[in-house]
Amino acid sequence: MMGRTLFIDPGRCIGCQACVSGCRECDSHRGKSMIHLDYPDEGSSVASLPTVCMHCEDPVAPCAEVCPAEAILISPDGVVHEADPTRCIGCSNCVNACPFGVPKIDLAAKLQLKCNLCYDRTSLGLAPMCATVCPTGALFYGTLEELQAERPGVDVSNWFEFGDVQITTGVAMVVPADRTRDPVPGGLPTLPLVQVNGRDTGGRVVSDAGGQL
Amino acid sequence: MSRAVGPVPVSLDPSVAPPGTRNFRDAGGIPADQWHANQVKQTLVPTHCCFCGVQCGMYLRVDERGKVFGVEPRNHDINRSRLCPKGLNAYQQVNHPDRLTAPLLRRSRDEPFREASWEEALDFTAAEVRRIQTAYGRDAFGLLGGASLFSEKTYLVGKFARVALKTRHVDYNGRLCMVSAAGANKLAFGIDRAANPFADILQTDCLLIAGSNVGECFPVMTQYLWGARDRGAKLIVVDPRETAVARTADIHVALRSGTDAAFFNSVLHVVIREGLTDDAFLAEHTTGWDELRATVAEYPPKLAAEICGIPDVQIEQVARMFGTAKKAMAWHARGIEHHTQGVENCLTVINLCTATGNLGRPGAGYGTITGQGNGQGGREHGQKSDLLPGGRSIANPEHRRWISEFWGIDEAELPQAGTSMMEMVWQMQRQEIRGLIGICNNPFVSLPNYAVVKDGYDTLDFHAQFDFFLSETAANAHVVFPVTTWAEDEGVMANAEARVVKHNKAQEPPPGVRTDTWVMCELARRLGAADKFDFAGSREVFDELRAASAGSVNDYYGITYERLEQTGGIAWPCPDLDHPGTPRLFEGGLTYHPDQKVHLQTVEWHPPADRFDEQYPMRLTTGRTVAHFLSGNQTRRLGALVEQTPRPWVELHPSHGYRNGDPVRVTTRRGSEVLPALVTEAIRPDHVFIPYHWPFPTSANALTIDALDPRSKIPEYKVCACRIDSAPAVDPVPAPPMPPGRSAYPEAQASRDDPLPPSSPQGRGTGEVR
Repeated sequence: MMGRTLFIDPGRCIGCQACVSGCRECDSHRGKSMIHLDYPDEGSSVASLPTVCMHCEDPVAPCAEVCPAEAILISPDGVVHEADPTRCIGCSNCVNACPFGVPKIDLAAKLQLKCNLCYDRTSLGLAPMCATVCPTGALFYGTLEELQAERPGVDVSNWFEFGDVQITTGVAMVVPADRTRDPVPGGLPTLPLVQVNGRDTGGRVVSDAGGQL
Repeated sequence: MSRAVGPVPVSLDPSVAPPGTRNFRDAGGIPADQWHANQVKQTLVPTHCCFCGVQCGMYLRVDERGKVFGVEPRNHDINRSRLCPKGLNAYQQVNHPDRLTAPLLRRSRDEPFREASWEEALDFTAAEVRRIQTAYGRDAFGLLGGASLFSEKTYLVGKFARVALKTRHVDYNGRLCMVSAAGANKLAFGIDRAANPFADILQTDCLLIAGSNVGECFPVMTQYLWGARDRGAKLIVVDPRETAVARTADIHVALRSGTDAAFFNSVLHVVIREGLTDDAFLAEHTTGWDELRATVAEYPPKLAAEICGIPDVQIEQVARMFGTAKKAMAWHARGIEHHTQGVENCLTVINLCTATGNLGRPGAGYGTITGQGNGQGGREHGQKSDLLPGGRSIANPEHRRWISEFWGIDEAELPQAGTSMMEMVWQMQRQEIRGLIGICNNPFVSLPNYAVVKDGYDTLDFHAQFDFFLSETAANAHVVFPVTTWAEDEGVMANAEARVVKHNKAQEPPPGVRTDTWVMCELARRLGAADKFDFAGSREVFDELRAASAGSVNDYYGITYERLEQTGGIAWPCPDLDHPGTPRLFEGGLTYHPDQKVHLQTVEWHPPADRFDEQYPMRLTTGRTVAHFLSGNQTRRLGALVEQTPRPWVELHPSHGYRNGDPVRVTTRRGSEVLPALVTEAIRPDHVFIPYHWPFPTSANALTIDALDPRSKIPEYKVCACRIDSAPAVDPVPAPPMPPGRSAYPEAQASRDDPLPPSSPQGRGTGEVR
């Protein structure tokens, strides 16, 4: 986990998509949002979840690892950058490699699009646009100490599991205290969900698109 | 379904290029993604959002040509840089291609509009006013204002009606919004505003939110809710729907819409039974306690639980949680106010706070969350039918004398109180009102029972409307005056905390556009009142407003533009230039009644106006969604917001057997329309919900009932009787109206024909594949 980074707390998210609109205001990709906002409990509750680039750490971000053009730069502060437009060949390898489903391809430009943690803002000491505008603090930018000072007792994890693959990330999620001992389950095609919002699911199996199998 | 619109001829497969990657036009008039930071030198103009009553601070980004082209978060202490999607996209209205830039005129509704000169449009309007008033009397001409106007303009609306038109018929769209809370506050406290600032929420131990979808209607206020919980506060939410703030609340009371008074009476019943009242506070600071105690004795939890459709134990839980908290707070909004007993519902909440001694302390108190940006300020300075500037009463001889002298008119000339907005529409139908000017409102979407509203406006001999986009109501008028957006003029608004904030001018209006102030002054001049409307702009109007409010309860005298710019906002009352303002009311338990006590009021619950029977067994309730604002005239033209929530839906419980997206016909005694079903367990099985931002034939308000609260005259938007049936196809969402020869900016409308409901009430998920 980076020093100053994003923390995602889906429990605070109200699904308003201010992060999505805020992301569109960024000068490096005006009009285009790099953020995904999902309603993962469709039909049962209004729960919502923002997905930003997790800026994977271990061993190297998968998107950068698979890039045949070596277009995806990782700076020493751990930020995984958008593919360099002078190198990117628009091949979509990164789209397929990302376990969180973050990068997109701009079809017209044939270039990859991805969150760079608002490098233009963070390098000036500002927070990324999404965490600046998030009405609820579901997206928080700062250090773990700053987060815990504002929200006493909160626990976070940057350790995720996709089937047999585990990965640590630069961006962290707020999780219940008992979830810090094990990796947070990611979203592979079949994921047994035990509970949703405190309700037992009876072990139903849910596809990664959110529909029941 | 096809979504490809615009200059890029590629398939916009949402799995590759999700919504939001489209080339939205930004305020600079170019597609948003063709703009780059290195092309422009920018200035940041500090101002506030034009939308809801939270009034978040923001900077508008202005380029070197002096055009607004973006937004930058502003660390104002209301919002701490936070903004909701509406606020983030608000700037796109300013240089939007749909803007009106010339007056529109027609002599009869059969003709199409033609563009006219300002001279011709103003002269024609003044001539029509004179003609109608000469033939049918002064009161045959009406004026309807709005609470998204700056306070200066709301002051002018009231003065224009009373001094230039000399008509009693003036009212405003806050009548559809804030008046129930206002009525209750006046009765109980002798002052009409929220009692505590938002920041007090952070210090509470128990927060009760009644009838407010805070997460969608006041998104940035959510930070105060979560902040209180971070510090250990309990959260109680009273709402028939499991909203984003109800979802994780400690107690979510999913009561039937229209039963709030029974619920709160019963909570107070249990509070008394369990000895949780603050008897010292009641003895020292209240009147009417014995009567109130006797009334709520008739509301045991078993009875109330049956009325409300909730477990009786939940009433006891709420009473204990609220009653045992050291510092408790209650905030409410339209959910309990939009009822035929809206005032009484608010009084039951006030009774609960007062009986537990929760008033006038940090973390302990009472608030009402204004819906419109200037919902608070808009009702204070004289555009409400019964009020004069400074919240003075038009029925009070002393107040009448004072303001007549102030305005330099003969008191006999000052009209008496008029009627409310909905009543004015009924009077239009009866031809008691034959001419109307509407400023900053869109009743064709926002008033209940659309058929009646349309008929009333169609019956008018003459109708003029001020707006910057052609609203559904303006499209039906004879004259439309193109006026400024909030970013093209300066002025103040008072937010939900009664904090007066200053909006600054960020750019010159487009050629052909004038300020509302200029148009009202020009009309007044033509009506022979030039000397009373000699204002160069907002600054001069504000100075008169300050003086007009001096000595009243709503005292603005000590508030100046300079002080607002220095402080970031001052809460009234602020009687002199050294006064710090009054963020928190009722400190020491003292109210604004002459005896300084809280006047407790008894309330008996009664059922909603619409009858439930076998034909109409279900409850229809209406409300907002996060991406749109009020009648949608502003937000239904902004690409990002249309993309997020392209169309209305009917939200219903899975027990009715419909699948998501099924066309469902909702029928009430007023009308019927077909909307796609959003099937969710997050709503009571006996309720359906429709968001109200869209026009006929997809308008929630074509179904709602025009029954009014007898005191506040607020319509009962939040509950009426309906039934649901399956239907072959959903009704299409109409494009926003445009003058002849122009069509609404197509890229912003690209998703409007989506026949499906959003993924969730907050909008379409960005990654969904359809």
